[in-house]
Amino acid sequence: MPGPGHPMRGPRGAKPKIENPGKLFRRLMGYVLKNYTPHVIIVVICIFVGVFANIQGTLFMQTLIDSYIVPLLGIENPDFSGLAHAIFRVACFYAIGVLSSYLYNRIMINVSQGTMRNIRSEMFNKMESLPIKYFDTHPHGDIMSRYTNDIDTLRQMISQSMPQCLNSAITIVSVLISMIVLSVPLTITTLVMVSIMLFITKKATGLSGKYFVAQQKSIGAVNGFVEEMIEGQKVVKVFCHEQESMERFNELNEELFESAYNANQFANMLGPINSQLGNLSYVMCAIVGGMLALGNIGGLTLGGLASFLSFNKSFNMPINQVSMQFNSIVMALAGADRIFKMLDEEPEADNGYVSLVNAEEVNGELKETQKHTGMWAWKHYHKDSDTTTYQRLEGGVVFDDVDFGYTDEKIVLHNIKMFAEPGQKIAFVGSTGAGKTTITNLINRFYDIQDGKIRYDNINVNKIKKADLRRSLGIVLQDTHLFTATVMENIRYGKLDATDAEVIAAAKLANAHEFIEKLPDGYNTLLTGDGANLSQGQRQLLAIARAAIADPPALILDEATSSIDTRTEKIVQDGMDKLMKGRTTFVIAHRLSTVKNSDCIMVLEQGRIIERGTHDELIEAQGKYYQLYTGNAIAAN
Amino acid sequence: MIMLKVLGAQIKEFKKDSILTPVFMILEVIMEMIIPLLMASIIDDGVNAGNLNHIYKVGGVMIVMALIGLWAGLMGAKFGARASTGFARNLRKAMYENIQTFSFSNIDKYSTSSLITRLTTDVTNMQNSYQMVLRMAMRAPASMITAMVMAFSINARLASIYLVAVIFLAICISFILPRANTYFRQVFEKYDDLNASVQENVSAIRVVKAYVREDYEKDKFAKANQNIYNMFLKAEKLVVINMPLMQATVYSCILLISWLGAKTIVAGGLTTGEMMSLLTYCMNILMSLMMVSMIIVMLSMSYASAKRIAEVLTERTDLSNPENPAEDVRDGSIVFHNVSFSYNKDSKPVLNNINLDIKSGETIGIIGGTGSAKSSLVNLISRLYDVTSGELLVGGLDVRKYDMEALRNQVAVVLQKNVLFSGTILENLRWGNKEASEEECIRACKLACADEFIQKMPDKYNTYIEQGGTNVSGGQKQRLCIARTLLKKPRILILDDSTSAVDTATDAKIRKAFAEEIPDTTKLIIAQRVSSVQNADRIIVMDNGIVTAFGTHDELLKTSPIYSEVYESQTGGNADFDQNGGDN
Repeated sequence: MPGPGHPMRGPRGAKPKIENPGKLFRRLMGYVLKNYTPHVIIVVICIFVGVFANIQGTLFMQTLIDSYIVPLLGIENPDFSGLAHAIFRVACFYAIGVLSSYLYNRIMINVSQGTMRNIRSEMFNKMESLPIKYFDTHPHGDIMSRYTNDIDTLRQMISQSMPQCLNSAITIVSVLISMIVLSVPLTITTLVMVSIMLFITKKATGLSGKYFVAQQKSIGAVNGFVEEMIEGQKVVKVFCHEQESMERFNELNEELFESAYNANQFANMLGPINSQLGNLSYVMCAIVGGMLALGNIGGLTLGGLASFLSFNKSFNMPINQVSMQFNSIVMALAGADRIFKMLDEEPEADNGYVSLVNAEEVNGELKETQKHTGMWAWKHYHKDSDTTTYQRLEGGVVFDDVDFGYTDEKIVLHNIKMFAEPGQKIAFVGSTGAGKTTITNLINRFYDIQDGKIRYDNINVNKIKKADLRRSLGIVLQDTHLFTATVMENIRYGKLDATDAEVIAAAKLANAHEFIEKLPDGYNTLLTGDGANLSQGQRQLLAIARAAIADPPALILDEATSSIDTRTEKIVQDGMDKLMKGRTTFVIAHRLSTVKNSDCIMVLEQGRIIERGTHDELIEAQGKYYQLYTGNAIAAN
Repeated sequence: MIMLKVLGAQIKEFKKDSILTPVFMILEVIMEMIIPLLMASIIDDGVNAGNLNHIYKVGGVMIVMALIGLWAGLMGAKFGARASTGFARNLRKAMYENIQTFSFSNIDKYSTSSLITRLTTDVTNMQNSYQMVLRMAMRAPASMITAMVMAFSINARLASIYLVAVIFLAICISFILPRANTYFRQVFEKYDDLNASVQENVSAIRVVKAYVREDYEKDKFAKANQNIYNMFLKAEKLVVINMPLMQATVYSCILLISWLGAKTIVAGGLTTGEMMSLLTYCMNILMSLMMVSMIIVMLSMSYASAKRIAEVLTERTDLSNPENPAEDVRDGSIVFHNVSFSYNKDSKPVLNNINLDIKSGETIGIIGGTGSAKSSLVNLISRLYDVTSGELLVGGLDVRKYDMEALRNQVAVVLQKNVLFSGTILENLRWGNKEASEEECIRACKLACADEFIQKMPDKYNTYIEQGGTNVSGGQKQRLCIARTLLKKPRILILDDSTSAVDTATDAKIRKAFAEEIPDTTKLIIAQRVSSVQNADRIIVMDNGIVTAFGTHDELLKTSPIYSEVYESQTGGNADFDQNGGDN
């Protein structure tokens, strides 16, 4: 029985196409067996035992009638002790059957939930290791549906479909054998009826499948329309467009009704077809069996007929079940396919070997230490001379003729050359899409470049361990992302072992302290939904505080363009300025004040640096920057 | 109960189908239940009595019964599908129609996504539940009762075993299910939390990677994941008892019937065929009971959906047209007289005692921090909300005296959160005026500085706009929205921060075009940039729901500290170095 919250997934919808289902299935079984081989073995044994016990019970009908009822008929003072004994024997079988059924269902919980847990963890761990590119190229909804829909169908398959299929298969085989033993002609009658049933079911499924595809399309159309219109409902109101919107909706709704009606009708028919044809099969057997028993052909006794009729009932049920479960297995395999595809993605490559270590200065020489000295050094191992050198972390960045494209075919940044001395502030200005954000994403290797070199403290960034490289670079993104946690924990994200006092100090530096104090629970206020309960400006202040606590030597700042009111903006600005002090900073600037006191301003256009220099130099040059600055910019492009 | 009535009212033309479905389902069940009874007759009067003719005769009747059952089942399938999908159609239609009457404050009450869920997922849930109610919820109890009646008619003493079994199972189920339900609800809540945190990781992946927190996140996830595993185990451990319990009950019944039945047969109180029928009924009765319990669980799950749908259906718009509404707005003058406004009756007012007198044809700038209620102020003018107290006159007449459609066509707002719809640019523009010729559309676009980029697009005015306008930039979208509104040829034009993503130069061009081309239209411009409003005839400075100053740029620089502070910060060392030129 499915748990609540998971309405039964009927045999609905078009069957998804999957390649190589056998391989997928084996891989999936591999996951199950990896941790649960003994469990699975016990489950299989239990299923066998359960089926066997059940068949013993059905066969008992024959013994009951032929050995204990018919012979005793008409006898005075009949002796029931034999019957009592037989019943006791069957009771034992039944008890074993019930026990094994409980056992296998109980064990299956561990197997299916455990496997789900492992796959989920593996998926998440994999996801965390994937390059940013993966997230750029896969819609987030798609990624999420692997954790929700796909995992759910998989759970359904492992916990229900697979054991049920196994159970049904064993039942079918053993019932078939028992039936043949009881009576060959009756078995043939049953099989003929079953084939008719399967044939008709297949036809009906085909028909309903066709209509379900149509229904799926109509649902898509209605949902798409509803989403779009409800999203713009206020615009609909302002333009008094209600009537038109309603007319179009009614058309789509009517189409959906038609296809849903047809699809449901045929799907509904499967039930009665199966059960009534099953009854018909039962009736046919009763008639044929009656004839056989009467003519005493093939040694069919009354008890034999009774048992056979029971078998007939228990033969139809598993066949229906297998055909129903088959559909959900196909669906689950499609889900498994999507999950495995994600698990097979290449993780972010990292061939760096230069690492970042705490350092201290002893007699004018850098030494590695375990202590938190606040001083960091690059530990550089040279293979050829088998020596290790230490170099102080300072935060100088050099771009040497860098080309970059998100794909090899389309280069978006061309010949980028620039250098930032430690402590300098470099500003990027230029139109949307000119490549400002892209450049900053290259420094911390969110993306790898096609050509040229990027050096950090004179070390090629490819040689630095990615984790260490990123740890040495602070970043404040344009879109602030916060996590579901308290304000305190969100700031601490920048330095996990920071004390409360450190967090507060960072918040003060970022000008965030004041508003945090005013929140209902101060630093312990729980943020949810990406900080939905905060204003845009407040979220930015938290992001700045988060970067401040990490205290990195170099910083990448993406100023927010979104309109926050002037006062908050000033506070944010001030916080950013304090953070930038004494650090190498790359800032994607939208405000003049940020740009003006930069050591160097890069003006970007279509992926190229077209002007560079200080504010005064660029104003004098009267080029693009001058146009932007004086507000006389004619719209670019 | 009210909820059921509200929903039930939407069955409408599918009443007939809704009644016929259970009728056919019951017919099917009865046919099905008679079969074992006839079977007894075949065994006893046919096989045992050696009467082949009887076997044929009764066998024939049984085949007819099965065929009738099949027919009834198919009919039930058909009518059930029609009733439930029709009901769903009506629900969607009724909800959608009602949503169209919603005022802004009605819309605010529901989030967009919740309305969408109600129209889609919730309706599907209702459709499935309704179908289940019509088909299974009738069939299962009917099957149980008929089987029980049949069993009692064969032998009341033996049949009473089933009664005991049913009561026993019902007690057990009613003990297990609610508890399991509570556990499951807890698990699914946690499960949702887990997925929410994955979602968070996906969207904030740059932050995670920038701070090298992959391992930290993995640990966090592993803990939550393990927790869910434990909770699932706890819940399912309980449910898993159901199946063996059911089996044990069935087996016990079979053994008891076999023992007592054999004795009764030997004593002459029962025939062999009858005992076989009794055993068949055993399965029917207990399976139906299981079915009933499942139906109850599933219905209780769809309760939430039903409630959400009923909520939308019973929501009444809080704005309505007056009797004998005025159709024509005389001119573009606007007067606020002691206007106060709050979004809810109980919440504190967002606008306090506003008094303004704006002449027809004036250009008015509005400036103020976030939360100073600029948008609230202008939304009152086209009666998107009603004032809480005071009065608001447009063209010399209280806005509540106009026909709402007429008012909104002549007082046009370009909303702050604006959307384009999927369709060509022309189609989108014609939202403003269905009959607008292509020339008129082009003229509007020229005014809004949209023509320049439209002409560069491959299909020009026939360019297809994707849903949500994802294939045009923010600035382009804003300009298209302005052009769309201009096509209404309104007397009053309100721009609610509608050029924020447009670069300063283009912004200036648009304002210049307005001044030259539509001089008689009253224009209200909300903006963050002082440059967008400084050339207006007069400027309103809002702060915290009150108009703190109202005058020309020069006056305000002298009299309004807020205004001069904003002006200083934007033109002095902190000027807005806006960079949206690439929009074109």
